[in-house]
Amino acid sequence: MNIIVSSVLLLFLSALLAPLFKSRQRLLINASFLLAAIASLLGAAGGIWVVGAGITSKLILPVGLPDLPFHLRLDPLAGFFITVICLLSLFVSLYSIGYVKGYLGKRPVTSLVVFYGLFLAGMLMVVLADDALFFLVSWEVMAAASYFLVMFEDELIENRRAAFLYMIVAHVGAIAILLSFGIMAGLTTGFESFSGYTFDAMRQAEFPLQWATAAFLLAFFGFAAKAGVVPLHVWLPEAHPVAPSNVSALMSGVMLKTAIYGIVRVSFDLLGGFPWWWGAIVLIFGLISAVMGVLYALMQHDLKRLLAYHSVENIGIILIGIGLSMIFTSYNMPLLAALALIAGLYHTMNHALFKGLLFMGAGAVLHATHERNMEEMGGLIHRMPWTAALFLVGCVSISALPPFNGFVSEWLTFQAFLLSPALPGPLLKLLIPLGAALLALTGALAAACFVKAFGVTFLGHWRGSRNPRVQEAGPTMRLGMILAALMCLFLGILPTAIIEWMDILTEQLVGDKIGTTAGAFGWMWLTPIASERASYSGSTVFLGILAVVAVVYLLLHVKPSAIHRVPIWDCGFAKINQRMQYNAASFSMPIRRIFGFLFNIKEQVKLTPRGVHPAFPMRLNYYLRIRDRFWGWLYKPVVETSFRLSRRVGRLQQGRIQAYLIYSFITIIVLLVFSR
Amino acid sequence: MKVYPYIIEFLQIAIFLGIAPAFTGWVRMLKCWTQGRTSAGLFQPYRDIMKLFSKDVILADNASWIFRFTPYLIFGTAVLAGGIVPMLSIDLPITSTADVIVLVALFAIARFFTALAGMDIGTAFGGMGSSREMTIASLAEPAMLMAIFTVSLASKSTSLSQMVHVIYSGQSVLRPSLVFALLAFILIALAETGRIPVDNPATHLELTMIHEAMILEYSGRHLALIEWANMMKLFLFTALGIATFFPWGIAASGDIGFIPAALLIMMLKLGIAGAGLVLLETGLAKMRIFRLTEFLGSAFLLATLGMLSYFILE
Repeated sequence: MNIIVSSVLLLFLSALLAPLFKSRQRLLINASFLLAAIASLLGAAGGIWVVGAGITSKLILPVGLPDLPFHLRLDPLAGFFITVICLLSLFVSLYSIGYVKGYLGKRPVTSLVVFYGLFLAGMLMVVLADDALFFLVSWEVMAAASYFLVMFEDELIENRRAAFLYMIVAHVGAIAILLSFGIMAGLTTGFESFSGYTFDAMRQAEFPLQWATAAFLLAFFGFAAKAGVVPLHVWLPEAHPVAPSNVSALMSGVMLKTAIYGIVRVSFDLLGGFPWWWGAIVLIFGLISAVMGVLYALMQHDLKRLLAYHSVENIGIILIGIGLSMIFTSYNMPLLAALALIAGLYHTMNHALFKGLLFMGAGAVLHATHERNMEEMGGLIHRMPWTAALFLVGCVSISALPPFNGFVSEWLTFQAFLLSPALPGPLLKLLIPLGAALLALTGALAAACFVKAFGVTFLGHWRGSRNPRVQEAGPTMRLGMILAALMCLFLGILPTAIIEWMDILTEQLVGDKIGTTAGAFGWMWLTPIASERASYSGSTVFLGILAVVAVVYLLLHVKPSAIHRVPIWDCGFAKINQRMQYNAASFSMPIRRIFGFLFNIKEQVKLTPRGVHPAFPMRLNYYLRIRDRFWGWLYKPVVETSFRLSRRVGRLQQGRIQAYLIYSFITIIVLLVFSR
Repeated sequence: MKVYPYIIEFLQIAIFLGIAPAFTGWVRMLKCWTQGRTSAGLFQPYRDIMKLFSKDVILADNASWIFRFTPYLIFGTAVLAGGIVPMLSIDLPITSTADVIVLVALFAIARFFTALAGMDIGTAFGGMGSSREMTIASLAEPAMLMAIFTVSLASKSTSLSQMVHVIYSGQSVLRPSLVFALLAFILIALAETGRIPVDNPATHLELTMIHEAMILEYSGRHLALIEWANMMKLFLFTALGIATFFPWGIAASGDIGFIPAALLIMMLKLGIAGAGLVLLETGLAKMRIFRLTEFLGSAFLLATLGMLSYFILE
């Protein structure tokens, strides 16, 4: 406990001290991000230890409102999320030392440093909170700090609009969470006193089903807004790309995970004893998010926007695991519930690492080329070999390919799906396996999307009209990315060690743990249920491929043979140029046509013919615009209604003091009549 | 520790590496006959591979390490996959490394890197091939997993040797769910191995090629590895279909005495499967790429029907 609290305090310290070093920006960057890295290291160590030892400790801080002190509690679930947050923030803080220096001489970075520290501290406090008040205060610290981080480059109208949208969605979500806690706190004491605001009181209370459902639905809505679950995702692809890349890495990698934490905490820990259809709701929203997220991602040509839509997808995959776990729990199948929950939580950690890595890679590209549009990039693998290789690790991991970590959690989720026929009721039996097909579709589309992202950005020739001088990322940026990439590999080839470490979570939340070890060399095989059922050994797959590749390579290089480098074969026509390459729009064209009904697509081709014949055009203009359908379906009506309502309400406002006094007078009369 | 399973494992991989080109040669030979052409014989693929191995490599100026690394990786995943699928014996030591979901993922990783290599040089063909391949794969993969899930529901396992074992020891009557799964599997196997009507392995016509477009820039030993791996993939899908749907004759225990008989039966079954493939390919024309959604959609539907019939009938 102490170690985590001291880590939070260090982060506050770095935020507080930052303004003092305003005049010495370079020192400020070095010192504060190093401090943040140390704090993260402390936090990660503490988190790993808490989960490993399975301890729970509490702390009451006599601050806050009178008679309402802040409660802190560190249990394995909190420890797990602290580990996830701190691991990524360690890597990102190291990376930031190099990345933020890119702003030197362009704009002061003091505000970035201050809010970076507050943001990290806010996330840790959310996870530590053990009462509704402290939770919401921390939640707001986190939201406000991230709002200012999104606003960092505030001279661009795009950034200001994104930040505004983010603020609105964050607050609509926060209201829902507040109401949910209100219901729970009120019911624990029968709406008599405030003492029900601690999570402990909520844990012990028994809620009637309709109130519990209301609380759950409100909490799910609120957390879903933060996590970017479809259809509440629209803020995410706006806000994440415009933030500085180190912040995008943290927002996508770990801030969304605090919402996952909230869902797990409220449903499994605070409410408990839920009916199966709560899980079904989570599962359905998870599936929709996964498929829609990846399809929208495929249509993007802004590298960071593409990654942001992938966060929607991955949050969906996490929710699939959690939803399945809730369904299994409600039918009292603790082993299967444990498997599904582990799948969800493992993916939470995986997504933090590879999405952090990918955003750091995208940041390195942005840093070097000052470009986010993939159509203007290409061939960067020659100029940025390190970044390219590390970004590739991220791509392989997120596409769920063995032997990296994304595959492990997807494999576990598939296993959970395959065990669903054990459920009673024909409807569930029939429908849940169809979810597995959607998950498979998501995985395959994600692979297509990352072939596109990597291929267009790093391979081929430079596509842009400008030709900037591109330099490889600096040493600290590389260090941050290398560490994240190594963690991706580690989690991919030694999942048994991690799952044994996580077993305490499922034991506490659903009452069983999945066995990982079976037979000799048990640590190598991941066998969640039984070895006849299914097993996977990431390390053997990794070593097997490596061995075959090495042997074949050596065999073929026994005899020295020449490699001739020649210009590209242009099929005998005139010179081939870089505009003839496939780009992001053309790569995703077949998928755009197949799934076109899901998007709002506007496509125009304008030919300017030469005088002689229309078959020999002078130039061709191609215009393509793809919009999120949810804007038109969901948000426009809400926005228009709220504007109309506010215009109506605005009529009350006349600017005359007498009128306002009459309003107050009437209000008092009405209150006196009704609340005698 | 038993020794025989390890020997059989090595034997299987060796046979798999050795026979795969002959299987492709067999398919090509039959195809020539059905189309009234003279064939180059069963062993032409071996001669092709040998020729390519002895040639120098020609690389484009801007080819990166991905382009050079990909052939080795494709070959590596194909060999590993060959060790996982039970062909001769059910009792294989490596099968517990990877179940059927991992097998699908192994193909996916080879495809991922092939598609990247297609985009590496920066020609229009490479990108076109990559884009089409990834599109088809994203439609084929859900159908593939649904077909596999139907089988694994019946066998209550995703481990390949366990699946084969259950089908093998069950009644020899084909269950309705398995029939649907088999039909779906055949359609998907055509798509995944790039055969007519999805892709034409013999074409280099720019408008129609998919897989060939991605590897158009390869030469020398790189091309040899890719071609060989491709032959192994065709062999592997056939063997996977045989093992999951018609496992009779496979050696059930890790006893080496059963192996010669198992090998003979396997070759017989492969011969018949190859003839079936040729009949399909000769009878069908290549589809337009945007008609493939219907083709793969029907594969998905068949697999789903299989799953439904498992729940309703069995």
